[in-house]
Amino acid sequence: MKSVLVVEDSATTRAMIRAAIEDMGEDFTALEASTGFEALKMLPREELDLIITDINMPDVNGLELINFVKSNPNYRHIPMVIVTTERSSEDKERGLSLGASAYVTKPFRSEELQAVIAKILNQ
Amino acid sequence: MKSSKKDFIAETEELIEEAERLLTEVQETYSSGVNPDTINALFRAVHTIKGISGLFGFKDIADFSHAFESLLDDIRLGRLGITEDVVRFLFSNTDAIKKVFEDIEAERPHDVSGYLKNIASFREAAKESGGEGRPEDLLARIDPSIIKVLSEYEEHRLKTNIKEGKGIYLARAVFSLTDFDKLLNDLTGRIKAQGEQISTLPTSSDLPPESIGFNILFGSVRPREDLAQALGIPVDEFVQCKSAPAPPPPVPAPKTQEASLKSASTYVRVDIEKLDRILNTISELNLARSATNRIAAEMKEEFGHTPLVIDVFKISQSFERRITELKEQVLEIRMIPIGQIFSRLGQVIRRYSREAGKQIELVLYGEDTEIDKYLAEEIIDPLMHIVRNAIDHGMETAAERKGLGKRENGTIVLKAFQRGNHVIIEVKDDGPGVDVEKVRRKAVEKGLMAEGAEMTDREILDFIFMPGFSTKATVSEISGRGVGMDVVKEKLSSLGGFVDVETEKGKGTTFTLTVPITLAILKALIVRVGRERFAIPLTSSSESLVIEHKDIQTIEGRDVYNLRGEMLPIVRIANVYDIDGEVSERSFAVVVGFGERRIGLFVDEMIGQHEIVIKSLGDYFKGLRGFAGAAEIGKHEVVLVIDVESVIEDSLSKQRVAHHV
Repeated sequence: MKSVLVVEDSATTRAMIRAAIEDMGEDFTALEASTGFEALKMLPREELDLIITDINMPDVNGLELINFVKSNPNYRHIPMVIVTTERSSEDKERGLSLGASAYVTKPFRSEELQAVIAKILNQ
Repeated sequence: MKSSKKDFIAETEELIEEAERLLTEVQETYSSGVNPDTINALFRAVHTIKGISGLFGFKDIADFSHAFESLLDDIRLGRLGITEDVVRFLFSNTDAIKKVFEDIEAERPHDVSGYLKNIASFREAAKESGGEGRPEDLLARIDPSIIKVLSEYEEHRLKTNIKEGKGIYLARAVFSLTDFDKLLNDLTGRIKAQGEQISTLPTSSDLPPESIGFNILFGSVRPREDLAQALGIPVDEFVQCKSAPAPPPPVPAPKTQEASLKSASTYVRVDIEKLDRILNTISELNLARSATNRIAAEMKEEFGHTPLVIDVFKISQSFERRITELKEQVLEIRMIPIGQIFSRLGQVIRRYSREAGKQIELVLYGEDTEIDKYLAEEIIDPLMHIVRNAIDHGMETAAERKGLGKRENGTIVLKAFQRGNHVIIEVKDDGPGVDVEKVRRKAVEKGLMAEGAEMTDREILDFIFMPGFSTKATVSEISGRGVGMDVVKEKLSSLGGFVDVETEKGKGTTFTLTVPITLAILKALIVRVGRERFAIPLTSSSESLVIEHKDIQTIEGRDVYNLRGEMLPIVRIANVYDIDGEVSERSFAVVVGFGERRIGLFVDEMIGQHEIVIKSLGDYFKGLRGFAGAAEIGKHEVVLVIDVESVIEDSLSKQRVAHHV
């Protein structure tokens, strides 16, 4: 069973990402956080296999979340995927340099996201 | 509609509303320096609209919001200064995006290419030369492990703070993992009171397992020692602030913080249709409950007060209590404070009065008054009409007001309060008032009243609610829109409410809207006329009487009854619906309406009270006047619900005709 945390402040986008994950089969479950704060609270409680995060969010943003996860020995192993728009290309680069594994640009097709998730989790 | 599309629409509507609110804040503060958080939140709202409309394949709105977002990005990153022109342009684009969105919702054709061109040329023309001016040397003093986590926007804010000569500080706080969000919010509130929070970095290095640290980068004009004291935690200084004597710290922006907290709250969003479905189930449960009651009564007849019979009675009673509780809880969920509507109106008033070049002060009372969400949405357009009218025709310019010895600023008061089962909303202006004489002349001209007919000012004022009635000096038409007050009146009536107007020459005009608190379930009086049964909503009736026919007087061809010294016009339901009623010496009268719009409805029998859910009669009977809908009242019996307002209306207009004869 693979558990994927979706961190995204737009409820609609969150639901879409969740649907894409659940479409991948019974082996995948999606957890949701609507803010960076919520994600921080879930980290110690959940065994996560992957985190998908937006960049532009209130309170703690996606880059700060990546930095936190990647600098903590307990969570460092969790791969992270950035989901964001083409506008923030510089932010995407920063996210990758902070340790994110990949990014997916909005708007994306479900298959695109699913391929990225499958690739990372199969490595 | 697919539910995901519905979610999309709901979220977009919220975002547009949020954008309007933020933009109003920008408009009010740009001359004295806008809080960068407000601009960023505005950017984020449009950014999210773009994101989700792209995901849903609404290319037009995605393209539009993309262009709009680029414009906001220019502002956010300091490439474009905020001027009155810019604010106006932002407003016009927000309006346009709303319109495109409405077109999409209604599946109407739309074209965004014009908007895209406008934005592109606006950005081109307005762009300031030069970039940021890089204070790289100062940036070098800041810990690189912090710099690398900053987003492009945060880096821009950091540079701006440095350029403005502010000190750059890092506050470090450690909280427990369980409750850090609240404590951190308190802390950021304090930091925002001292300066600008640039970035919030969570950290876990060198900390006990159940805790979390935050490094908060912020800019401030105050020295390090003061800040450490004010915040009560260690503060590092990266860049010293230039200006030694500290001007008062900027006021924090609680609104923005509230908005960003919202997503962390425990609210869920529910489609009101789902609540309607629950209410339908409740009304069906009610039918089952009455059946239990009936069975218990029949059992009592047959077996007397046996323990079993008493048990059934008890169960029926507790059933009833629980159903009532359930119903009240669901109704409560549907309630929103009317302040939500007022703040939307407030935005229109501020914008509109600015455009009309009039200075108008807005005063709000009773914002906590609760009203059903559905009704709130339905009355906002009528309220908007009235408010726009008040600004257009109901308000003199500052110069005119000065000449009249009035305060230069006009005032519009929005006031809401509860009276019984109704919410009363008043819109009061202190403008010139309606010229009743002008209305009278117009009414005569249109053949609505005879020259020289005797009518009170109040009756004459009522003409402004007639379709197609308009004098420029009255409040009956909205500039450029051609929507009359008759539409307002019709809307209120369809909601089971009504609108009233009072005016005093030179002093102002007050519109009073009366609407029921909720439409969903209401108590109704079930009456019989001939062989037909009808429901009369109890919300519209004040009392019931038995009237001896010999006590009815006929004045000017109208039947009236002397009710405690006031003449109560009598309307026979049998005549209204052309039914064969009973012939007898006395009748029951249900008194409906309020104040001067009160009449007595004659019926043959009062059957009892019932809770009903009004169902629409469907499109086939759409044009049918006199009925508000139908309702089920048990044992598969369906009754028609009398539309009290239209009956009153018809009766009063007959009265008017009678005056003329």
